Amino acid sequence: MELVEAIILSVLAASTPLLIAATGELVAERSGVLNLGVEGMMIVGAACGFADAWLTGSILVGALFGIVAGTLMSLVFAVMALGLAVNQVATGLALTILGIGLSGLIGAGFVGERITPAAHLIIPGLTDVPLIGRVLFGQDAFVYFSIALIIGVWWFLYRTRAGLILRACGDNHVSAHALGYPVLRIRTLAVMFGGACAGLAGAYLPLAYTPFFIPGMTAGRGWIALALVVFSSWRPGRLVVGAYLFGAATILQLHAQGWGVGIPSQFMSALPYLATVIVLVLLSRARTGGSTAPAALGTVFVPDR
Amino acid sequence: MQLVLEKRAERSNTIALISPLIAIGLTIATMVILFAILGKNPLLALHAYFIAPLTDGYSLQEIAVKATPLVMIAIGLSLCYLANAWNVGAEGQFLIGAVAGSWIAVKTQGTDAGAWVLPAMLVLAAAAGALYALIPAICKVKFDASEILTSLMLVYVADLFLDYLVRGPWRDPHGFNFPTTAEFDPVATVPLLIEGGRLHLGSIIALLVVAAAAVLLRRTIKGFEIRVVGAAPRAARFGGFNANQLVILTFAVSGALAGLAGIIEVAGPVGHLQPGISPGYGFTAIIVAFLGRLNPLGILIAGLFLALTFIGGEQAQIAMKIPLDVTKVFQGILLFYVLACDSLILYRFKLVLPNRQVARGAG
Repeated sequence: MELVEAIILSVLAASTPLLIAATGELVAERSGVLNLGVEGMMIVGAACGFADAWLTGSILVGALFGIVAGTLMSLVFAVMALGLAVNQVATGLALTILGIGLSGLIGAGFVGERITPAAHLIIPGLTDVPLIGRVLFGQDAFVYFSIALIIGVWWFLYRTRAGLILRACGDNHVSAHALGYPVLRIRTLAVMFGGACAGLAGAYLPLAYTPFFIPGMTAGRGWIALALVVFSSWRPGRLVVGAYLFGAATILQLHAQGWGVGIPSQFMSALPYLATVIVLVLLSRARTGGSTAPAALGTVFVPDR
Repeated sequence: MQLVLEKRAERSNTIALISPLIAIGLTIATMVILFAILGKNPLLALHAYFIAPLTDGYSLQEIAVKATPLVMIAIGLSLCYLANAWNVGAEGQFLIGAVAGSWIAVKTQGTDAGAWVLPAMLVLAAAAGALYALIPAICKVKFDASEILTSLMLVYVADLFLDYLVRGPWRDPHGFNFPTTAEFDPVATVPLLIEGGRLHLGSIIALLVVAAAAVLLRRTIKGFEIRVVGAAPRAARFGGFNANQLVILTFAVSGALAGLAGIIEVAGPVGHLQPGISPGYGFTAIIVAFLGRLNPLGILIAGLFLALTFIGGEQAQIAMKIPLDVTKVFQGILLFYVLACDSLILYRFKLVLPNRQVARGAG
């Protein structure tokens, strides 16, 4: 019983950064922009978030700075990919290379420091209910926020006019432009939202997941978040399922080591990455009648005047 | 005020030539600001980065040693990018090549195996790199799975596999518990070119690769196909060129080159297999490929320049205590500026004043 609860709790914690980062990227990709810089934005968010939380002693300030850092990084991307019409794949890779360097530079003075991680909710009575108590009423604020975020994004995309326009930009920027919608401005906002989410997802790692910062601590989670968006076929509902499945794969690997499974730890650690490859193959194959990706995804748009 | 792009009637060749220089100039200007923020004298720092390594023979050799893997990997990547195939997992192919080649070195250790050992290591490493690169290529061609994501995921897998080998079955029993294989035997080592120096045969191989790529791209039909498929996919389809086949081919070649670079690094400058054999060569090579304009000669020059930043970064760390990560920031910023300046080749930048914008909106 306690083991099941412990596993569910750790799956939730491992899934949350994936869910937050992938939600942001989903919005950006729905507007037609492929930002491959998620890993870079996340890792800068992690470094800035930890540095500020350590300096101010506040998790909230740390989280906010993580968001700001991710947003600033995404603005660099927006200027390049949208303002200057540079190839989005190359720009996204540049953002990740830059982000890894920047996070090393920012975080260098903070390696080895510790903070008190984000507090978990405690509601006397409810939190103590066996099995479901701590799962439902004993999480940190990031976990609840991530759920609210994906519900909010679903509502925005499918139930608001602005969401409809954003999706239109992603499916056919020429038509959206002809109808008078400011395609580049909408895409810039979508990219900034993606950056804010990636920054927060990165900040989650040192602020709630582990109470310290190490260089390279995102360990490819940004890329897994990108794969999750493909996995979800660009739909928020499936994104939740995907994020928790991947979180479970990560935790399975950790627990298998604890149970003394006779497989070298490195092979277990490779599981989430191999799972990503397999899932990408299976999903891309399962899709019939063409891809479900936004039709204008990753294409350059220069409005003619 | 708003920045507007205007498509040029034809690509500007003048700007194509000078844009990498503009990019380097802008990067250095940005670095001056960064050094000032870090509280270091920018002039001294620039000297440590770009001038000091060029002033003595030892550093010059080090630059050539560092440029060797960068150029070899970047040549392969440039073929992929020309054909519009996005191999970004060269780091993984480099590591797998290093592992595969090392297998022979480890197995023949201490035996009196002959001169065949090193050539066999090179061949096996290239084959392993090619096979590893074929995984994302086949996933793309057969299942339409994003080669960007799959090739990247395989970097982490390769890294963990190498880690497993040097901590487990291949660990040197006399290595004081360090995760490393024993030093390779002399027959399993890339020979040096200069007695007492560090310059090795790999640099010659890299030059041969550059020459071969130049011939392939300029003088052969395959090279023409690669360029057409990337630049004008529709025209290529009408021409009957098979884009999928080129994805497979360019991935295999770039994987083979990355794998070869991997074993040359391990059997050359490093001398044994251990984690951390690559300071991100596979990713830096992406910058080299773009800075070199996906052109073999350009890549050679760009590879030497990026190698200079590695060596300069080390010198700046020793002389001025500038953190090593500044080199990565430098490389990231450089790639941004290179890409931004590339935009100038296709577009003219124009600033539009807001009142005109409003007038247009009303009209």
